[in-house]
Amino acid sequence: MPGSPLVARRLWITALIVPPLAFVALFVVYPIISAFAYAFFQWHGLARGEFVGFANFYRVLFTQPYADWTLNAFTHNVLVFFALMVLQNGVGFVLAYCLWRELPGAAFHRIAVFLPVVLSTIIVGFLWKLFLHPLFGVVNISLRGTGLGGLAQPWLGQGTTALWALIIANAWHMVGFPTLVFLAGMQRIPSEILDAVRMETESEWVKIRKVVWPLVAPSATVVFTLLFVGSFNWFELPYIMVGVDGSPHKATDVLGLYFYRTAFGDQSGSGQDFGAGSALAVLIFVFIALVAGVITFKLRAREIQL
Amino acid sequence: MKKLVSSTIIALGALATALPAMAQELTFWSWRQEDKAQYQKFISAFETKNPGITVKFETFEATNYNTILSTALAGGSGPDLMFARAYGGLENVANAGYLLPLDKTNVPALEKFAPAAVAAETARSSKITYAVPFASQTMLVIYNKDIFDKNGLKEPETFDELVKASEKLKAAGIMPFGNGTATAWQNEVMVGGIASTVMGRGFYDDLMAGKADFTDKRYIEALTKLKEITKYFPDGFIGLDYASSQQLFASGMAGMFVGGSYELSNFKKQNPAIKMGIFAMPGLKAGDEKLVAQYFDGGYAVNAKTTKKEAALKFVNFLASQEFGQMFADDLNNISAVPGVNFKEPLLGEVAELNKHSIPYIMLVHFRYGEPSGSVLLQGEIQKLFGGKATPEEVGKNLTTGLAAWYAPFKK
Repeated sequence: MPGSPLVARRLWITALIVPPLAFVALFVVYPIISAFAYAFFQWHGLARGEFVGFANFYRVLFTQPYADWTLNAFTHNVLVFFALMVLQNGVGFVLAYCLWRELPGAAFHRIAVFLPVVLSTIIVGFLWKLFLHPLFGVVNISLRGTGLGGLAQPWLGQGTTALWALIIANAWHMVGFPTLVFLAGMQRIPSEILDAVRMETESEWVKIRKVVWPLVAPSATVVFTLLFVGSFNWFELPYIMVGVDGSPHKATDVLGLYFYRTAFGDQSGSGQDFGAGSALAVLIFVFIALVAGVITFKLRAREIQL
Repeated sequence: MKKLVSSTIIALGALATALPAMAQELTFWSWRQEDKAQYQKFISAFETKNPGITVKFETFEATNYNTILSTALAGGSGPDLMFARAYGGLENVANAGYLLPLDKTNVPALEKFAPAAVAAETARSSKITYAVPFASQTMLVIYNKDIFDKNGLKEPETFDELVKASEKLKAAGIMPFGNGTATAWQNEVMVGGIASTVMGRGFYDDLMAGKADFTDKRYIEALTKLKEITKYFPDGFIGLDYASSQQLFASGMAGMFVGGSYELSNFKKQNPAIKMGIFAMPGLKAGDEKLVAQYFDGGYAVNAKTTKKEAALKFVNFLASQEFGQMFADDLNNISAVPGVNFKEPLLGEVAELNKHSIPYIMLVHFRYGEPSGSVLLQGEIQKLFGGKATPEEVGKNLTTGLAAWYAPFKK
């Protein structure tokens, strides 16, 4: 009955919910579903051809040259994930602990550590490209200036160093995020517990291992899951620093670049293939969703409710 | 009453004939952001001659152009007219039926274009031409005339002379070459600009005839010489990206630059004072034919679904005219594909002269029709070669076996 307060309230709630739902449906759900659908068709350039079932999936996983490319990119993503787990989350935890213990200069460092996080990836990418410039980059110039010229390298041009250069740039950029999350977790640890521990031991190591680490488990769940998703969706930084080809000779190729190149083509090299590209996108999506689900589930299980 | 009906019909008829003459706006998409001002000029020349048609020129970032265009066309929108890529890149869009076929009935001028130019904008299987080619590009060596004069150097006639000239520049504290190869496609440019002469026309002809593949000793020798010359590239050149390498040459820190003819106007823009010369890579012996590598860049195409076909064709015919070709060459400093254009800029004239001794830019022209594309393979393999991860023989072998996946003559 219009006019009744209950109906008006319902209308009001509907009016609030429908626009964001429609937005999500149009810009998130629909593209994902259409990518799923695209993956099952053959594509002639831009025109959709006949339904081919799982042929595109088979192609990107088991036929050459795609199989090698997929494995190569996937291996790099795995490496990136584990390296960042140490360099970003590990260092983030240590930094958070130092900040929490209020070592001298903590107030300054709290800001300094978080500052790069607010920079856009584009800026960080170009900045690090300049740092690593073989002739004028601050890295090589510092090495030469300190008599270590022999260590100066064309960092982004060598298969052995390029991916690591990207990983370090990413860790520098994002280390403030896990730091902040861990710090917030540590600050939530009740002081009674800390006082009780102080009666038992003076060792920082025991404190970290037995008390702090278990109690920041919810924070760890968050940063681990986000790092996993981020590592397997990694795109912007490599795109800016080494280009869509995963240069040099695919030594920095990751799934994001590989998918983009396959679906939309590479202006300076290859054609576009929406079928194979969509199949890759679907595989990446399913893989991330499954593993992230398992990680969250497992990590949740070890969280302690205070 | 009858009178009213007939006069209404007449009035409607008049309106109908007047309709096409009413202002029509064509949209025209391009990846050449840097040429926007020049294109506006070309367009106003067209508009003054064709009142009632206006052309709106819109540009997109070159690396994302394909993506944006593909998405728009697939979504049923898209421009009336557009820049189309050449060779394999054209087929991506054309084979999907998004482009209007062009021939001598709707664009008569196409008949006079060079066959190689038209072939670049023609789908291989159907033999249908989809775009009016706009420019050719040539891979060659650009040098800084002032630096050469100051060090008493001339354009080299043999490979050894080039090595000597490079040594001399190095001794004088100048980088002989400014090139870097961290940007993948630059590796392909190095092969086109440096290795074409040594591999030679004979190799190219045999390759096309199916009598040779990339393990041929002429190709291997060309790659060996290519690797040798990189001794005179900047320190750490494998980590030097394209933009930085351009700056090294434009700023006068490097004496030579291996690149496309498109770099000439670029360098001039970055450093108006620079005096440049060009040469084709010399051969091992003084008499060897010096070769550059040539390809066609792209073309102007019409959307098959445009509602303003007549106006769009009028504009495309203008883009195929000598008047346009001349403006294109004069204002954009590019080698127009329109036949019979005179090059006022002496360097462009020289490029046109060098083009008389050229072979196609092999991977782009012939090997971008399957996966893995020859360009992708070559770019990666040359990065391995320069990084010390592969020998010329291994590169030749990997190219051949890689392409054998789809290139029939290599399947054994």
